[in-house]
Amino acid sequence: MSPLKIKKGATSHSAYELRPTFSDKEEQHTLAVLVENEPGVLARVIGLFSGRGYNIDSLTVAEVDHLGHRSRITIVTTGTPQIINQIKAQLGRIVDVHKVNDLTVEGPSVERELALFKVVGTGDHRIEAIRLADIFRANVVDSTLSSFVFEITGTSEKIDAFAELMQPLGLEEIARTGVAALSRGSEN
Amino acid sequence: MTKAMTGAKMVVQALIDQGVDVVFGYPGGAVLPIYDEIFQQNHIQHVLVRHEQGAVHAAEGYARATGKPGVALVTSGPGATNAVTGLTDALMDSIPIIVLTGQVPTFMIGSDAFQEADTVGITRPCTKHNWLVKETDKLASVMHEAFHIATSGRPGPVVIDIPKDVQFATGKYTEARQVETHYAPQVKGDMEMITELAKAMETAKRPVFYTGGGVINSGPAASQLLRELVAATSFPITSTLMGLGSYPASGDSWIGMLGMHGLYEANMAMHDCDLMINIGARFDDRITGRLDAFSPGSTKAHIDIDASSINKVIKVDIPILGDCAHVLEDLLNVWKSRGRKTDRENVTKWWHQINEWKKIDCLSFKQEGKIIKPQYALSRLEELTKKYDRYICTEVGQHQMWAAQYLGFEDPNRWMTSGGLGTMGYGFPASIGVQTGHPDALVINVAGEASWLMNMQELGTAMQYRLPVKQFILNNERLGMVRQWQELLHGERYSSSWSESLPDFVKLAEAFGAKGIQCHDPDSLDDAIMEMITHDGPVLFDCLVEKHENCFPMIPSGKPHNEMLLGENADVANAIKSDGAVMV
Ligand SMILES: Cc1ncc(C[n+]2csc(CCOP(=O)(O)OP(=O)(O)O)c2C)c(N)n1
Ligand SMILES: [Mg+2]
Repeated sequence: MSPLKIKKGATSHSAYELRPTFSDKEEQHTLAVLVENEPGVLARVIGLFSGRGYNIDSLTVAEVDHLGHRSRITIVTTGTPQIINQIKAQLGRIVDVHKVNDLTVEGPSVERELALFKVVGTGDHRIEAIRLADIFRANVVDSTLSSFVFEITGTSEKIDAFAELMQPLGLEEIARTGVAALSRGSEN
Repeated sequence: MTKAMTGAKMVVQALIDQGVDVVFGYPGGAVLPIYDEIFQQNHIQHVLVRHEQGAVHAAEGYARATGKPGVALVTSGPGATNAVTGLTDALMDSIPIIVLTGQVPTFMIGSDAFQEADTVGITRPCTKHNWLVKETDKLASVMHEAFHIATSGRPGPVVIDIPKDVQFATGKYTEARQVETHYAPQVKGDMEMITELAKAMETAKRPVFYTGGGVINSGPAASQLLRELVAATSFPITSTLMGLGSYPASGDSWIGMLGMHGLYEANMAMHDCDLMINIGARFDDRITGRLDAFSPGSTKAHIDIDASSINKVIKVDIPILGDCAHVLEDLLNVWKSRGRKTDRENVTKWWHQINEWKKIDCLSFKQEGKIIKPQYALSRLEELTKKYDRYICTEVGQHQMWAAQYLGFEDPNRWMTSGGLGTMGYGFPASIGVQTGHPDALVINVAGEASWLMNMQELGTAMQYRLPVKQFILNNERLGMVRQWQELLHGERYSSSWSESLPDFVKLAEAFGAKGIQCHDPDSLDDAIMEMITHDGPVLFDCLVEKHENCFPMIPSGKPHNEMLLGENADVANAIKSDGAVMV
């Protein structure tokens, strides 16, 4: 067998904090997974979660480096610390995965989600909807005499809150992107 | 230097460059160009199996017995789906194999073409990695990368799906050394953790080494270092089913296999130890028994190349991520340089305790009367074959556990059994793969009659290639292991666990042109076994054994290690409570 050229700075799937944490309490974690932009890689990641019974609360994916052929998958998941460690290790095992970062434990991070809301109504409801949208800094991206489409960005909680308020005001449809997240500060 | 050639030629060229000398396969429309190339060269032998499952198990057997990756070649659609069981088997047991599948041409993918299957989709969960290669220019580099990924880190099966137009088209051949990869799993362990383990070894009063298939996968150096470490410390050592042979069964510190059908002394040592050193094993449920009662008082160290195996089911105190051989080398050096200390006095006491447990003699049996006990058959097989250059395969069932208990393994890579998946039908094709890698060795497949029938068509392969594999069938006319569970768990209602309408195995052998031997008499067993060994060709040995023998010792599901069932007088009926019964 002839060996291949191992790239400098090759993954060497990092040794996670392998010491166990003994809590059985469920936690929500946001994971940033940098992957090779290959066909099938998303199926691999999703298959891992369904095959092993892990939760996916939110998942987003898009190419982030066209030349370097990299995509970034942001996954929000819930589990005990042991399960979260398993998920990270299992992700790290996938050949197409370059890096797994747990944004929840690796220092502060920002998380944002974008959503579109279709609200249908006239009269007072319509006025109240546009007033609340203003408070939430949502933009009107489409309007007819009887409807609005609002665009809102923020944390998932903010979008949840906006949805709750819009419900009685004629909320018809929501489209959410899922969470995108980055660590704060200059480090990556 | 890049040479231009067809995709089909690239496949063969890459196999040659990777040092492959044999491919197990079965042709079909979607791989005809590759078969055409195989026909026109002499470097690589092609072994035509009789079913694609056989090709994959043969590749597994070859890989496990030689330490080199095994290669299988199958056609699209049904060829690929027939390979799935073997792929899953190899994934569970971490066996490096490369399976090449033909695919319909790229322009027909997705059209439900004849013999089209979504092979990469179907095999994604049962491979370490897989590829659908859509450009001939990329084929050679994928081939090289496939060998790298299958064999490095935790080994495993990979699939390369190659559409027929990619095989026909001409492209540039890439040499292995031109291929860049980012896949380079960490092999060196963390020195602080290794030092912590060395310190724990110095003060342990009741230590035990618990070793697994990872030691064998790591290569011969790991077994050598393990032997050195055990000899230097005199700590007792047990192993999983997968790890047998990494430490010799005749070694002073060997206390036998552990687990569900492991030895009493091994399981008791695991339960009562104060330092457990897991080397390349994965706390499988066949090993741990009831989790909350698993070795309650021990400090646990775990050496594994796969981070996801560490803290998966058992929380460990000293995790060491790395390759067994690398870590063992560092561990030995650290422990030696710190003065080669152990708590001799207490370890000696510990050995006294273990020797007390050994006196139970949990594998004892009585061969009385005119019916061969399966344990007796295997004891005789051991006695008569241990002097040979011997490789053992098994099928799955009671015979498999008895083989693990009654045969002794002195070296790694001599024991091929389906551990993680428990695949009936594994052993016979695996034995063909082993014999292909070791043409002059004595290769025996210890089989159950039911398992053996699952891939019996491979007798044709054995005959065609003059592979003198010995099929030693312990014929109890039962799906013995299923029957045993029905006896223990389901009120002796033996639902479909009989092997009815069995063939006459001697005539069956003869129908293929092989030799058949039947033996039912304990007194003529030795002669019959010798006849099998000395026959120059495949033998089907039909050994008629006691039909209702149970395999003991046994840790019933849902029970801890120190509640083993020990033999016929065990309280079998009440052994498994309803909470344990849901477990397999
Ligand atoms: C492919 C497959 N199907 C079913 C099983 C479940 N199973 C485990 S052992 C066993 C019986 C095996 O019978 P035999 O090969 O005669 O071996 P024995 O237990 O009698 O020694 C069965 C059906 C399995 N392990 N693999
Ligand atoms: Mg049987």
